[in-house]
Parts: sequence; C-alpha cells; structure tokens
Amino acid sequence: MYTTLILVQTLNGLQFGIILFLIAAGLTLVFGVMDFINLAHGVQYMIGAYFAFAFTTWTGNFGLGLLLALPTALAFGLLLEALVFRHLYDKDHLEQVLATFGIILFLNQGVKVIWGSSPLFVPVPDFLQGSIVLFEGFFYPVYRLAIIGAGLAVAALLYVLVNYTRAGMLVRAGATNAKMVAALGVDIRRLFMIVFGFGAMLAGFAGAMVAPILSVEPGMGDNLLILAFVVIVIGGIGSIRGAFLAALIIGLVDTLGRTFAGDVLRLFLEPGAASTIGRAVAPMLIYILMAAVLFFRPAGLFPVKR
Amino acid sequence: MLDTASPAAKAPATATTPADAPAASAAPRPPLWRREALALALFAFFAVAPAIAQVGAEGYLLSLVIRAMIFAIAALSLDLILGYGALVSFGHAAFVGIGCYAVGILMAHAVPDIFVQLLVTLVASALFAFVTGAISLRTKGVYFIMITLAFGQMVYFLTTSLAPYGGDDGLTLPSRSTVLGTDVLENDTVFYYLVLACLVGVYALLRAIVGSRFGRVLRGTKENAVRMQAIGYDPYRYQLAAYVIAGMIAGLAGFLLANQLEFVSPAFISWQRSGELIIMVVLGGMGTLTGAIVGAMSFLFLEEILARITQDWKLIFGPLLVLVALFARGGILGFFRRAK
Amino acid sequence: MTRISKHLGLAALGLLATTALTHAQDADPMKVGVIVTLSGPAASLGEQARDGFQLAIEQLGGELGGVPVEVVVADDEQKPDVALTRVNGLIEREDVDVVVGPIFSNILQAIHKPVMDAGRILISPNAGPSSYAGAECNPNFFVTSYQNDQVHEVMGRVAQDRGYERVFIMVPNYQAGRDSAAGFKRHFEGEIVDEVYTQLGQLDFSAELARIAAMQPDAVFTFMPGGMGVNLVRQYNQAGMKDRIPFLSAFTVDESTLPAQQDAALGMFGAMTWAPDMDTPGNAEFVDAYIAKYGKVPGSYAMQAYDTAMLLDSAVEAAGGVGDQAALLEAIKAADFQSLRGDFAFNDNQYPIQDFYLVEVAKRDDGMFQTQIVEQVFDDYGDVYASECKMGG
Repeated sequence: MYTTLILVQTLNGLQFGIILFLIAAGLTLVFGVMDFINLAHGVQYMIGAYFAFAFTTWTGNFGLGLLLALPTALAFGLLLEALVFRHLYDKDHLEQVLATFGIILFLNQGVKVIWGSSPLFVPVPDFLQGSIVLFEGFFYPVYRLAIIGAGLAVAALLYVLVNYTRAGMLVRAGATNAKMVAALGVDIRRLFMIVFGFGAMLAGFAGAMVAPILSVEPGMGDNLLILAFVVIVIGGIGSIRGAFLAALIIGLVDTLGRTFAGDVLRLFLEPGAASTIGRAVAPMLIYILMAAVLFFRPAGLFPVKR
Repeated sequence: MLDTASPAAKAPATATTPADAPAASAAPRPPLWRREALALALFAFFAVAPAIAQVGAEGYLLSLVIRAMIFAIAALSLDLILGYGALVSFGHAAFVGIGCYAVGILMAHAVPDIFVQLLVTLVASALFAFVTGAISLRTKGVYFIMITLAFGQMVYFLTTSLAPYGGDDGLTLPSRSTVLGTDVLENDTVFYYLVLACLVGVYALLRAIVGSRFGRVLRGTKENAVRMQAIGYDPYRYQLAAYVIAGMIAGLAGFLLANQLEFVSPAFISWQRSGELIIMVVLGGMGTLTGAIVGAMSFLFLEEILARITQDWKLIFGPLLVLVALFARGGILGFFRRAK
Repeated sequence: MTRISKHLGLAALGLLATTALTHAQDADPMKVGVIVTLSGPAASLGEQARDGFQLAIEQLGGELGGVPVEVVVADDEQKPDVALTRVNGLIEREDVDVVVGPIFSNILQAIHKPVMDAGRILISPNAGPSSYAGAECNPNFFVTSYQNDQVHEVMGRVAQDRGYERVFIMVPNYQAGRDSAAGFKRHFEGEIVDEVYTQLGQLDFSAELARIAAMQPDAVFTFMPGGMGVNLVRQYNQAGMKDRIPFLSAFTVDESTLPAQQDAALGMFGAMTWAPDMDTPGNAEFVDAYIAKYGKVPGSYAMQAYDTAMLLDSAVEAAGGVGDQAALLEAIKAADFQSLRGDFAFNDNQYPIQDFYLVEVAKRDDGMFQTQIVEQVFDDYGDVYASECKMGG
C-alpha cells in the first residue's frame, strides 16, 4: 500500500511542479532577458483563470473557453507591457517592485469588483471527467493527467523554441548579455515585447488549466508568485532548464513533504512529537531547501553564464 | 524633469543614489537645522500631534500616528541596508516578529519588565540577524532577496506552530510592559512619547552611522564591492554588521508594536508585511532615511484615508504606486526635491 | 529642502485635521459599527454578514427598537492589527454604542480587549472561540452564532450514532483547525485512523486524498472554510470518492461556497444551527428577501447577522434606548426576540443555547444550491466552557 501511495503522491507532485513551471518559465525569461522584476506575473496567472471562467461560461465549453482565454491573456499582457512595464525597463529594480506591486493591488481588487469575491466555478470538461484506475484500488483524476501531459508538451515546445529558432537564440543571447544583442542591431524592444507577451500567456495558460480543479478567486496568484520566485532562484535566473527541474523538485518536495514529514519523523521520535514537529516543518521544507541550495550554490543550480 | 525615456546607456550610479551622498568635499556643509529640516519638521509634527488631536477622537488618531511611527522605525532600519547597502531584505518582518514574540512570550511567563524584554528582544534579533545574515550575504541581488524571504518564512511558520502561545490566532497580552514595576506605559500619551523618542533616537543613530566611515564603506560596497575590497575593506564584514544593526532596530519596532496593540500574531511576520516595508522605503525615497519615515506615513495614512472613501480603495492606491514608480524617481522625496 | 518640509508638514497637519473633524456631528441617537472581513479570500463571508445585518435594519425602517440607527461598516482585511486600528476608529471617531463583528476568531482575539476597555458592547455574529467562553467571559461580550466547538461536536455525535468505526480527520493546520479536531473527538469514540493537518490556504488536496483512498475509512471528517472547501469538495468529487466514503464536514459546504462547488457538493453533510429551508417563523420571508436583494442564497453568516440586528432591536426597545447600558445589557441577555433558528437563549457566558442539526446539500427549484435540514442532533445545547464563567454581579 505504502509504495503505491508514494507513487500517486509523486504524480501529484509532478502535476503541481508542472503548473509551477508554466508560471516560472515566463518569470525567469522576463527576469533573465530583461532584468525586470515582475511581481505582477502572479496576477497574470489569476487573470488567465478568470478569462477561462468568463469564456467557458459564455461558450458553455471549456475547450473553447481555454482557446479564447489564451489570446486574451496574451493581449492583456501586451496591454500591460505597453501601458506600464515598457516604461520601467531602465529603472531601478525596486522601482519595478513598487510599480508591479501597485498593479497587483489594482488587479486583485479589479477582478473582485467585476466578478465578486466568492470563489468561482469552472466545470471539468466532460471528456476529462472522472478517474482512471492506476493500480488496484487507486484512482487518479483524468484531468490531472491531462495537466501533466499539456504541461510537458508546453515544456517540450519551449525547449524547441528556445534552442532551435532565431527568436530563441536571441532570447538566450539576451539572457547572457542584453546590451550586446542590442548593439548587434536587434530591435531589443520588440524582443522584450515578445518575451513578455509569451510569458504572460504561459502564466495565463497555467491559470486557465487549474481553473477546473482550484477555485478561481481574487489573490489566487499571490502565493504562487512567491513559489515561482523560489523556483527560478533555485533553478538559476534566466535558465529554462533550471526552472523546469526546480519546479519539479519544489512540486515533489512540497507534496511529498506534506504527506510524509510526520511519518519520516516517526522513525526517530515518539508519534505525538513526530506529528507536531512534522506539521511545523512541512510548510517550511521548500524554504529550507532554497536556503540550502543558495548556501552551496549562491546563483542557483544552473546559473546562466555571463 | 520626468526622465522616463532615458536610454539604457545612462550610468547606473546617478540613477540610483539620491542627492545627499557625495557633496561633502567641495561646498561648506549647511548648518544642521537646514540639512535636517525635513526630519525636524516631521518630528515637530509628531511632537505636537497629540495637542492637535485633542479635537476629538484622539485615541484613534494617536494610535494611527503611533502605528506610523513604529513602522517608520522598521522602515528606517530597512533603509540602512536597502538604501545604503543595496541589500534588499524580503524577510525584514521576521525581526519585527521576533520583537513582538519576545514581548509576548515573556509576558506569558510573567516577565513584564521593559528592560528585560528589551534586552531579550535586542539579543534575539541580533543573534537571528547574525546567523541568517552570515548565510544570506554569501548571495547577491535577487538571490539575497529570496534567501532572506526563506528565513522570514521559517520564522513565520515557526510562530504559527507555537500552540502554547496561540499559534495562528496570536496571543493577547495582559498589559503593556512595566517600567520599574509601574504601569506608566498604559497611559497612551506616555507611550506615544516613548515611541517618538525611539524614532528620534533611531533616526539620529542611523544618521550618525550613515555619515561615519562605516557608512561610507557600506555605500562604497553598494557601488563597487570589488574596488572596496581592493582598497582593503572586507565588504562582507561591513554588510553583516549593518544587517545586524538593522535587525536589532526592526526588533525594537516589533517590541513597540506588541506593546501598542497588546497583541501579537504571526500575521505580523507574513511575507506580505516584509513586502510592505520595502514598498514604504521605496515609496518615500530610499537611501535618504527621511524617505523611510515619509514612506511609512504616506503608506499608512493613505491606506486609512482611502479605505474610508471606498471599500475598493486598492483601485486607487495601486495606480498611485505605479505613478510614483513611473514619474517620481527617488520616491516621494525625490519628486518634491525636483519640484522645488 | 526647507520648502519640501513645509509642504509635507502642512500636508500631514491637514490630513490629521480632516480626520479629526469628520466626526464632528455625532449627536445621533444610536450608532452601530460593523467590522467584518471584506477583502481577501474570505471576503464573501463578511459580505454575507454585512448584507444580512443591513437587510434587517432596512426591514426595521432604519431603526433599532424605535431609535434611528446609523450603521458604520469597516473592513478588517483579515489582519489582526488592521482590525485593531479600524475598531479603534469605530470607537473613538465614530463613537459607536455597539460593535458587531468579526467573522474570524483571530480577529476577535485582537479586538476584544480594546472594545471591552472602552466599555462598549461587542456582539460577535460568527466567531465563538473558547477563549472568551470560560473564565475570560465578559458582561459586555455576546456571541450570537455558537461556540466554535459545538459545530464539530455535532459531526462527532453523528459519526458515533451512525456506527462509523474508522474516521479520517483532515483539518487546516491552525488554531481553529486543531480545535475542530478536538471538538469532533469529544463525542466520537471510534478509531481515528489518521489526523492530517494541511497548510492553511492550501488549494490542492491531491496528496491528502490519495492517502484517504489508501486508508479506506468509514467516513471523512473535515473543516475547510472558504476557498479551501471549494477545492477540497470538487477534488473529492473528481477523485470519485464522494460515493464511496461519506463526507462529514463543518463550514465546508455552506451557502458561501456552494455557488462554486455546485453539483460536486450534492449529498455532502454539514452541521449547523439553521438552514434556509428551516420551517421557523419569518425564515422563508428572510430567505426570499435576501435572494431578491442580493441574488444569492443566504448562509449562516447572513442569518446570524440578521438575528443580531433583531436581537438588538428587541433589546433597545426593552431598555428604552441606549442611554442606560446596564439596562441594555440585561435586555440583550434576555434575548427576547424571534430568532430565525427557532429556540435561542443566552447561556451564563452569553454564548447561545440552541439546537443543532445535521444538514445536507441539495439543489433548489431555482437551480441554486442550499443546505437542508436532515435531522436534529442536539437539543438546547450549551457549550462545555460555560461552567467556568463567573460573571461578576
């Protein structure tokens, strides 16, 4: 029983990691290429979920809703870029923090004004309903497998885009040395815009994908933003590969830690103390992990060479 | 005046450090009261505020001003490392929390004396700052931001699991700290002036530190760590010392906060709180000290006033922050400097 | 430099002056401050309480007991220190006679002392922690909801009565969560196969659900208010467990979360003192009026706030205004009003004595969802802490 439980939990951890990766990918690129701290990346995830809700309700079909939500999330990201972010690229990191923090406040309140404060409901599409039997006596929701599949597909697509296209090459070059790329006559502003819009769309995609399993509510992106930062810092800023691995690590550590921290401690301590300490330690695990990684590798696991 | 479109080529040094840094050598320094006019005006305002507040709801207004002063102390401490050392601590609320819980836990064990509590607060926050600072300072830039966040979160989750001291619900204190066995701090006016005295003291101390050789080394480290090392200073030791000092002052702010509210809670240590402290410093104008006070005041007063106008005050407050970031280089202070 | 300071100094002075002057005319006969959570993830609970209270005031023609009343609403943002500042504002600036609030126990913990110190009356329309039910009870403090443990005790009793032998407990890792588990165990004597404490605000329960599926308990008991409950219920349903393992809950499936849970919650059980379908005098009218005005089915949060207003109405009338606080307190304690719940009286500790029910989620004819009474579990039930309360005089 125990091994199958671990396997199922591993799948859950993977699924969480995939979602984290979708958010972190855009964040690490925007940060790595543009040297821009975008705290508002989390609200783009939230916006994606709200768009998915709005379009699914409107069309009555989740697939269609998702299809419409993606370009809308992209358009919204580009709009924000044109209105605000574009004017912040040359500014100090902390002024970027101030501005994007302001955007978080505004958008969190904005969705509340438009859609109300209650959590919203997006139904799971019919063909992804239910669970399949993975092992005897074990069920796993089909929709979560779909998230894992879609996320891996996006990761593969990103890998190809970044490694085998001209735009990808520029992005990689930009992450290493943005000034050099500009000096070579590349329209750096357009490159920034593309990276930014793409990142916003990925985050929106993550939000839309989780809408049927998590509740859609104001502020849903805030905590994920922090986790996404943890991911990109562990992975090494600007590194897609690092973000991918770090996202999976964080997803697994968090999920498995929550389930098994108490059990593991029970091997050394008496049960009462073990579960008390386990409860206290479980939520800290990812932060302990991050501190440890940065202690031994101060620029993350896969630092981009500069 | 509004230099938004400046191309990337600009030297970063002029962009980040506001006025008061280098000037010293050439022109004769203006007299103290002129250099510190804004700070003196703010302190004078704080000093007479209780008299103005006599109009009516004084308890409420004073508690608002006390709160602003306490957050100003915390923001000042953050400005020392953030504004002068470019060390952006995203876990600064942890120190405030340590101060709060030092008071709370000692109270719960019937140790209400202010001096004992203050001593424990300062020692605990200094120790925590020393250990976490020693580790965090191995990293730079954003990695430093995130590792301080990690330590902040650890303290946060630790306090939520302190079941004997209320866990997430927090802990109500039976009373304020006692001074030599008397409960003079129960008097709000006395407490008010204690907080003001702390604020003035912290400001003066930090001003002295910033102006000393130590402060100059710290600033030099921010601009060019390699050069500082080359001329014989070890940046790490200076930064660590600044980090410990900042941690202790933030601990003091926590000590005062617990006493004001007579209540402590893990909510005071959440990462959002650390973020708000950063926002206060940047909003007011970093690297100026006075800016930290202005930032804390504007942040808290605006929040209070806007919340009274509309439930959806964040729809106004958010864009205001964006505007400050876009058009007021150097925060509110920088904006006024250029407006004159 | 001097010029700047003058600007800022003047601005600050002006600011202080305006905040001081706005409360110049408060000669009104009666003022009630409502402090509830109106922002953040739990905002919908506070909105229900605010709306329920205001609906009652509106129905009473803007008066309580014949005295014109002004209601000042404040948002505690679910942050204890913000709540403290706001409640100070209600007391000092608005000079309210009565404070109604809050939703959450940790906020109550923060505002209880200042309201008591200021000698005002505090009525909690939702939070009912044990901390003020026993030795720390106070003549100026009333709770119109329940003592928190009681709701969980109902579920423990139900699990016991139904003969469940192995129950899995899952609650968030915070004080109310731990109290919830303790409350459940008070009447349940079977085996607790596992007690899982999840992170507060956790949104993905796949890890825990896998564990439940592996253990195959007779029933699950959980306490997941707000967004956590929305997610848990839907994921529980998606994992195909709803039909296999009975879902016993407290504050997890109610009218505040059902709009998001919908069909996923059908048939799940909760515990409450009331349900929208309850056949008590005035209840149907209340539910209809609430739906007509706000477009949502009212939950217990709205009902308790509505009851609080009606309680105040009866008390102010009996005491002949708010001038004599002692008389007003006595009149409140008498609880001489028609509660939407039917039976209602105050215990010695000024927490209610009332009936508790097992409720189940059902779909209404208009397509919305609500909870419905299944059976009465406790009759005229008081909490276990009341005996420790020794109120002076």
